[in-house]
Amino acid sequence: MSQSDAAFDLHAPAVHARSSPFGIPTKKLAMWLFIIADAATFAGCLVAYGFLRNGTPNWPTPFKTPTVVNAGVMTFVLITSSLTILLGVRDAKLARKSQSLRWINITAVLGIIFAILHIREWFGMISEGVTLAHNPWGSALFGSAFFSITGLHLTHVAGGVVALLAVGWRYRGGRYNSDDIEILGLYWHFVDLVWMFVVPFVYLMNVAH
Amino acid sequence: MHMTIETRENGGAAEYTGGLGRFLVVYGCILVLAALQFVVAYSHVAGFQMFARMLAIGIAEAGLAIMFFMHVGSERRNFVTWLAVVVIFVLLALQYSWTDSYRMELGAPNSQYKTGSVQ
Repeated sequence: MSQSDAAFDLHAPAVHARSSPFGIPTKKLAMWLFIIADAATFAGCLVAYGFLRNGTPNWPTPFKTPTVVNAGVMTFVLITSSLTILLGVRDAKLARKSQSLRWINITAVLGIIFAILHIREWFGMISEGVTLAHNPWGSALFGSAFFSITGLHLTHVAGGVVALLAVGWRYRGGRYNSDDIEILGLYWHFVDLVWMFVVPFVYLMNVAH
Repeated sequence: MHMTIETRENGGAAEYTGGLGRFLVVYGCILVLAALQFVVAYSHVAGFQMFARMLAIGIAEAGLAIMFFMHVGSERRNFVTWLAVVVIFVLLALQYSWTDSYRMELGAPNSQYKTGSVQ
Protein backbone atom coordinates (compact mmCIF):
# COMPACT_ATOMS: atom_id res chain seq x y z
CA MET A 1 0.00 0.00 0.00
CA SER A 2 1.41 3.36 -1.00
CA GLN A 3 1.54 6.29 1.38
CA SER A 4 -1.32 8.01 -0.46
CA ASP A 5 -3.48 4.85 -0.23
CA ALA A 6 -2.79 4.62 3.47
CA ALA A 7 -4.00 8.19 3.91
CA PHE A 8 -7.45 7.15 2.61
CA ASP A 9 -7.71 3.89 4.53
CA LEU A 10 -10.54 4.80 6.91
CA HIS A 11 -10.20 1.59 8.88
CA ALA A 12 -6.74 2.53 10.06
CA PRO A 13 -7.05 3.78 13.67
CA ALA A 14 -4.18 6.22 13.32
CA VAL A 15 -5.98 7.96 10.45
CA HIS A 16 -9.21 8.32 12.49
CA ALA A 17 -7.49 10.44 15.07
CA ARG A 18 -6.03 12.82 12.47
CA SER A 19 -8.77 13.08 9.85
CA SER A 20 -12.08 12.75 11.67
CA PRO A 21 -13.53 15.23 14.19
CA PHE A 22 -13.82 13.90 17.75
CA GLY A 23 -11.60 10.92 16.81
CA ILE A 24 -14.65 8.96 15.63
CA PRO A 25 -14.52 6.82 12.47
CA THR A 26 -15.80 8.86 9.52
CA LYS A 27 -18.74 6.59 8.65
CA LYS A 28 -19.88 6.51 12.25
CA LEU A 29 -19.71 10.31 12.49
CA ALA A 30 -21.69 10.57 9.24
CA MET A 31 -24.40 8.35 10.75
CA TRP A 32 -24.50 10.54 13.86
CA LEU A 33 -24.88 13.65 11.69
CA PHE A 34 -27.71 11.95 9.83
CA ILE A 35 -29.35 10.99 13.13
CA ILE A 36 -29.13 14.59 14.40
CA ALA A 37 -30.69 15.91 11.18
CA ASP A 38 -33.38 13.23 11.24
CA ALA A 39 -34.11 13.89 14.91
CA ALA A 40 -34.71 17.53 14.00
CA THR A 41 -37.07 16.40 11.21
CA PHE A 42 -39.11 14.19 13.52
CA ALA A 43 -39.05 16.79 16.29
CA GLY A 44 -40.31 19.37 13.78
CA CYS A 45 -43.14 17.05 12.75
CA LEU A 46 -44.13 16.30 16.34
CA VAL A 47 -44.00 19.95 17.37
CA ALA A 48 -46.09 20.90 14.32
CA TYR A 49 -48.53 18.15 15.28
CA GLY A 50 -48.74 19.52 18.83
CA PHE A 51 -49.17 23.01 17.42
CA LEU A 52 -52.13 21.87 15.29
CA ARG A 53 -53.63 19.74 18.05
CA ASN A 54 -53.41 22.55 20.55
CA GLY A 55 -54.90 25.08 18.15
CA THR A 56 -57.78 22.91 16.89
CA PRO A 57 -60.85 22.93 19.17
CA ASN A 58 -62.51 19.77 17.78
CA TRP A 59 -59.47 17.53 17.75
CA PRO A 60 -60.78 13.93 17.84
CA THR A 61 -59.72 11.20 20.28
CA PRO A 62 -60.88 8.17 18.30
CA PHE A 63 -58.52 5.34 19.26
CA LYS A 64 -60.30 2.42 20.92
CA THR A 65 -58.85 -0.64 22.63
CA PRO A 66 -57.99 -2.67 19.48
CA THR A 67 -55.87 0.20 18.10
CA VAL A 68 -54.18 0.71 21.47
CA VAL A 69 -53.44 -3.03 21.78
CA ASN A 70 -52.03 -2.99 18.24
CA ALA A 71 -49.81 -0.01 19.15
CA GLY A 72 -48.67 -1.91 22.25
CA VAL A 73 -47.69 -4.97 20.22
CA MET A 74 -45.89 -2.77 17.68
CA THR A 75 -44.01 -1.07 20.53
CA PHE A 76 -42.98 -4.42 22.02
CA VAL A 77 -41.81 -5.67 18.61
CA LEU A 78 -39.73 -2.55 17.93
CA ILE A 79 -38.10 -2.40 21.38
CA THR A 80 -37.29 -6.11 21.11
CA SER A 81 -35.75 -5.50 17.70
CA SER A 82 -33.45 -2.94 19.34
CA LEU A 83 -32.21 -5.68 21.66
CA THR A 84 -31.70 -8.14 18.81
CA ILE A 85 -29.66 -5.69 16.72
CA LEU A 86 -27.62 -4.92 19.84
CA LEU A 87 -26.87 -8.63 20.16
CA GLY A 88 -25.98 -8.67 16.46
CA VAL A 89 -23.48 -5.84 16.97
CA ARG A 90 -22.08 -7.56 20.05
CA ASP A 91 -21.51 -10.82 18.18
CA ALA A 92 -19.96 -8.93 15.26
CA LYS A 93 -17.52 -7.21 17.63
CA LEU A 94 -16.68 -10.62 19.11
CA ALA A 95 -16.00 -11.91 15.56
CA ARG A 96 -18.93 -14.38 15.73
CA LYS A 97 -20.19 -13.74 12.21
CA SER A 98 -22.84 -16.45 11.91
CA GLN A 99 -24.46 -15.52 15.25
CA SER A 100 -24.34 -11.84 14.30
CA LEU A 101 -26.04 -12.56 10.96
CA ARG A 102 -28.72 -14.55 12.74
CA TRP A 103 -29.54 -11.59 15.03
CA ILE A 104 -29.50 -9.17 12.09
CA ASN A 105 -31.98 -11.39 10.22
CA ILE A 106 -34.20 -11.68 13.31
CA THR A 107 -34.16 -7.87 13.56
CA ALA A 108 -35.20 -7.60 9.90
CA VAL A 109 -38.07 -10.04 10.50
CA LEU A 110 -39.22 -8.00 13.51
CA GLY A 111 -39.07 -4.85 11.34
CA ILE A 112 -41.24 -6.57 8.73
CA ILE A 113 -43.75 -7.65 11.41
CA PHE A 114 -43.89 -4.05 12.66
CA ALA A 115 -44.51 -2.76 9.12
CA ILE A 116 -47.27 -5.33 8.49
CA LEU A 117 -49.04 -4.41 11.74
CA HIS A 118 -48.74 -0.74 10.86
CA ILE A 119 -50.07 -1.11 7.31
CA ARG A 120 -52.96 -3.26 8.55
CA GLU A 121 -53.90 -0.48 10.97
CA TRP A 122 -53.65 2.11 8.20
CA PHE A 123 -56.05 0.15 6.01
CA GLY A 124 -58.46 -0.12 8.96
CA MET A 125 -58.46 3.66 9.40
CA ILE A 126 -58.78 4.33 5.68
CA SER A 127 -61.79 2.00 5.56
CA GLU A 128 -63.39 4.14 8.29
CA GLY A 129 -62.97 7.22 6.09
CA VAL A 130 -59.78 8.75 7.48
CA THR A 131 -57.46 10.06 4.76
CA LEU A 132 -54.95 12.87 4.40
CA ALA A 133 -57.76 15.33 3.65
CA HIS A 134 -60.82 13.85 5.41
CA ASN A 135 -61.71 12.73 8.89
CA PRO A 136 -65.23 11.64 9.91
CA TRP A 137 -64.57 12.35 13.60
CA GLY A 138 -63.70 16.05 13.39
CA SER A 139 -60.78 18.12 12.16
CA ALA A 140 -59.34 16.92 8.84
CA LEU A 141 -55.92 17.86 10.17
CA PHE A 142 -56.04 14.75 12.35
CA GLY A 143 -55.72 12.48 9.30
CA SER A 144 -53.01 14.67 7.80
CA ALA A 145 -50.96 14.66 10.99
CA PHE A 146 -51.47 10.96 11.74
CA PHE A 147 -50.55 9.66 8.29
CA SER A 148 -47.67 12.12 7.87
CA ILE A 149 -45.92 11.28 11.13
CA THR A 150 -46.56 7.53 11.16
CA GLY A 151 -45.81 7.37 7.42
CA LEU A 152 -42.46 9.08 7.91
CA HIS A 153 -41.62 6.61 10.66
CA LEU A 154 -42.81 3.64 8.62
CA THR A 155 -40.59 4.81 5.76
CA HIS A 156 -37.64 4.74 8.14
CA VAL A 157 -38.53 1.22 9.29
CA ALA A 158 -38.84 0.02 5.68
CA GLY A 159 -35.51 1.64 4.80
CA GLY A 160 -34.00 0.07 7.90
CA VAL A 161 -35.16 -3.41 6.91
CA VAL A 162 -33.59 -2.96 3.46
CA ALA A 163 -30.39 -1.71 5.12
CA LEU A 164 -30.36 -4.68 7.52
CA LEU A 165 -30.62 -7.13 4.64
CA ALA A 166 -28.13 -5.29 2.41
CA VAL A 167 -25.50 -4.67 5.08
CA GLY A 168 -25.97 -8.20 6.43
CA TRP A 169 -25.46 -9.58 2.92
CA ARG A 170 -22.24 -7.63 2.46
CA TYR A 171 -21.07 -8.54 5.96
CA ARG A 172 -21.62 -12.19 5.09
CA GLY A 173 -19.52 -11.73 1.93
CA GLY A 174 -16.73 -9.97 3.83
CA ARG A 175 -17.13 -6.55 2.19
CA TYR A 176 -18.40 -4.99 5.43
CA ASN A 177 -17.01 -5.46 8.92
CA SER A 178 -18.21 -5.14 12.51
CA ASP A 179 -17.90 -1.32 12.40
CA ASP A 180 -20.52 -1.26 9.63
CA ILE A 181 -22.83 -3.43 11.73
CA GLU A 182 -22.36 -1.01 14.62
CA ILE A 183 -23.33 1.94 12.39
CA LEU A 184 -26.37 0.03 11.15
CA GLY A 185 -27.30 -0.60 14.77
CA LEU A 186 -27.18 3.14 15.53
CA TYR A 187 -29.73 3.78 12.79
CA TRP A 188 -32.04 1.03 13.99
CA HIS A 189 -31.90 2.24 17.60
CA PHE A 190 -32.79 5.73 16.38
CA VAL A 191 -35.88 4.37 14.59
CA ASP A 192 -36.89 2.71 17.87
CA LEU A 193 -36.19 5.91 19.79
CA VAL A 194 -38.48 7.99 17.56
CA TRP A 195 -41.30 5.50 18.13
CA MET A 196 -41.01 6.14 21.89
CA PHE A 197 -42.37 9.64 21.20
CA VAL A 198 -44.74 8.84 18.33
CA VAL A 199 -46.73 6.32 20.41
CA PRO A 200 -47.57 8.56 23.37
CA PHE A 201 -48.27 11.73 21.39
CA VAL A 202 -49.96 10.39 18.27
CA TYR A 203 -51.70 7.30 19.69
CA LEU A 204 -52.04 7.40 23.46
CA MET A 205 -53.07 11.05 23.79
CA ASN A 206 -55.87 10.34 21.32
CA VAL A 207 -57.38 7.39 23.18
CA ALA A 208 -61.18 7.39 23.42
CA HIS A 209 -62.40 7.41 27.04
CA MET B 1 -1.06 -0.48 25.08
CA HIS B 2 -1.76 -0.41 21.37
CA MET B 3 -5.19 -2.03 21.93
CA THR B 4 -6.07 0.59 24.52
CA ILE B 5 -5.34 3.43 22.11
CA GLU B 6 -7.25 1.73 19.29
CA THR B 7 -10.29 1.20 21.47
CA ARG B 8 -10.37 4.84 22.52
CA GLU B 9 -9.96 6.02 18.94
CA ASN B 10 -12.84 3.85 17.80
CA GLY B 11 -15.14 5.79 20.10
CA GLY B 12 -15.53 3.19 22.82
CA ALA B 13 -16.73 0.46 20.50
CA ALA B 14 -15.31 -2.20 22.83
CA GLU B 15 -18.23 -1.52 25.19
CA TYR B 16 -20.42 -3.58 22.87
CA THR B 17 -18.63 -6.73 23.99
CA GLY B 18 -19.63 -6.30 27.64
CA GLY B 19 -21.96 -8.62 29.57
CA LEU B 20 -25.46 -9.38 28.38
CA GLY B 21 -27.01 -8.71 31.77
CA ARG B 22 -26.81 -4.93 31.52
CA PHE B 23 -28.46 -4.91 28.09
CA LEU B 24 -31.29 -7.14 29.31
CA VAL B 25 -31.87 -4.92 32.35
CA VAL B 26 -32.03 -1.81 30.13
CA TYR B 27 -34.36 -3.64 27.73
CA GLY B 28 -36.63 -4.55 30.66
CA CYS B 29 -36.61 -0.98 31.98
CA ILE B 30 -37.56 0.42 28.57
CA LEU B 31 -40.41 -2.09 28.26
CA VAL B 32 -41.70 -1.16 31.72
CA LEU B 33 -41.54 2.56 30.89
CA ALA B 34 -43.36 1.94 27.60
CA ALA B 35 -46.06 0.02 29.49
CA LEU B 36 -46.30 2.93 31.93
CA GLN B 37 -47.21 5.26 29.05
CA PHE B 38 -50.18 3.02 28.27
CA VAL B 39 -51.25 3.15 31.93
CA VAL B 40 -51.03 6.96 31.87
CA ALA B 41 -53.20 7.03 28.74
CA TYR B 42 -56.09 5.45 30.68
CA SER B 43 -55.52 7.37 33.92
CA HIS B 44 -58.02 10.16 33.11
CA VAL B 45 -55.61 13.00 33.89
CA ALA B 46 -56.04 16.43 32.29
CA GLY B 47 -54.49 17.22 28.90
CA PHE B 48 -51.35 19.07 29.94
CA GLN B 49 -50.71 16.74 32.88
CA MET B 50 -50.93 13.77 30.54
CA PHE B 51 -48.62 15.45 28.04
CA ALA B 52 -46.06 16.21 30.75
CA ARG B 53 -46.11 12.63 32.03
CA MET B 54 -45.87 11.13 28.55
CA LEU B 55 -42.97 13.44 27.72
CA ALA B 56 -41.12 12.64 30.95
CA ILE B 57 -41.47 8.88 30.41
CA GLY B 58 -40.50 9.22 26.73
CA ILE B 59 -37.36 11.17 27.68
CA ALA B 60 -36.45 8.50 30.26
CA GLU B 61 -36.88 5.74 27.64
CA ALA B 62 -34.91 7.66 25.04
CA GLY B 63 -32.18 8.43 27.56
CA LEU B 64 -31.71 4.74 28.37
CA ALA B 65 -31.66 3.83 24.68
CA ILE B 66 -29.16 6.59 23.84
CA MET B 67 -26.82 5.89 26.74
CA PHE B 68 -26.80 2.08 26.68
CA PHE B 69 -28.11 0.84 23.31
CA MET B 70 -26.43 3.57 21.23
CA HIS B 71 -23.46 3.62 23.62
CA VAL B 72 -23.22 7.39 23.87
CA GLY B 73 -22.17 6.83 27.48
CA SER B 74 -18.89 5.34 26.30
CA GLU B 75 -18.17 7.84 23.53
CA ARG B 76 -15.60 10.61 23.84
CA ARG B 77 -16.68 13.42 26.11
CA ASN B 78 -16.13 16.20 23.56
CA PHE B 79 -18.32 14.35 21.06
CA VAL B 80 -21.09 13.84 23.62
CA THR B 81 -20.94 17.53 24.59
CA TRP B 82 -21.18 18.60 20.95
CA LEU B 83 -24.06 16.18 20.36
CA ALA B 84 -25.98 17.41 23.40
CA VAL B 85 -25.50 21.10 22.59
CA VAL B 86 -26.66 20.74 18.98
CA VAL B 87 -29.68 18.55 19.75
CA ILE B 88 -30.86 20.62 22.71
CA PHE B 89 -30.50 23.86 20.74
CA VAL B 90 -32.54 22.48 17.84
CA LEU B 91 -35.25 21.10 20.13
CA LEU B 92 -35.53 24.39 22.00
CA ALA B 93 -35.59 26.40 18.76
CA LEU B 94 -38.63 24.42 17.63
CA GLN B 95 -40.68 25.66 20.57
CA TYR B 96 -40.96 29.31 19.49
CA SER B 97 -44.36 29.04 17.80
CA TRP B 98 -46.47 27.67 20.66
CA THR B 99 -47.82 31.12 21.46
CA ASP B 100 -49.45 31.19 18.03
CA SER B 101 -51.22 27.90 18.68
CA TYR B 102 -52.63 29.38 21.89
CA ARG B 103 -53.80 32.37 19.87
CA MET B 104 -55.67 30.05 17.50
CA GLU B 105 -57.14 28.07 20.38
CA LEU B 106 -58.54 31.25 21.88
CA GLY B 107 -60.29 32.02 18.60
CA ALA B 108 -58.44 35.09 17.41
CA PRO B 109 -59.66 36.56 14.07
CA ASN B 110 -58.84 34.47 10.99
CA SER B 111 -57.46 31.67 13.12
CA GLN B 112 -60.31 29.11 13.06
CA TYR B 113 -59.83 25.79 11.27
CA LYS B 114 -62.71 24.47 9.21
CA THR B 115 -63.83 20.94 10.03
CA GLY B 116 -64.54 17.94 7.81
CA SER B 117 -62.05 18.49 5.01
CA VAL B 118 -59.03 20.60 4.14
CA GLN B 119 -60.18 23.80 2.44
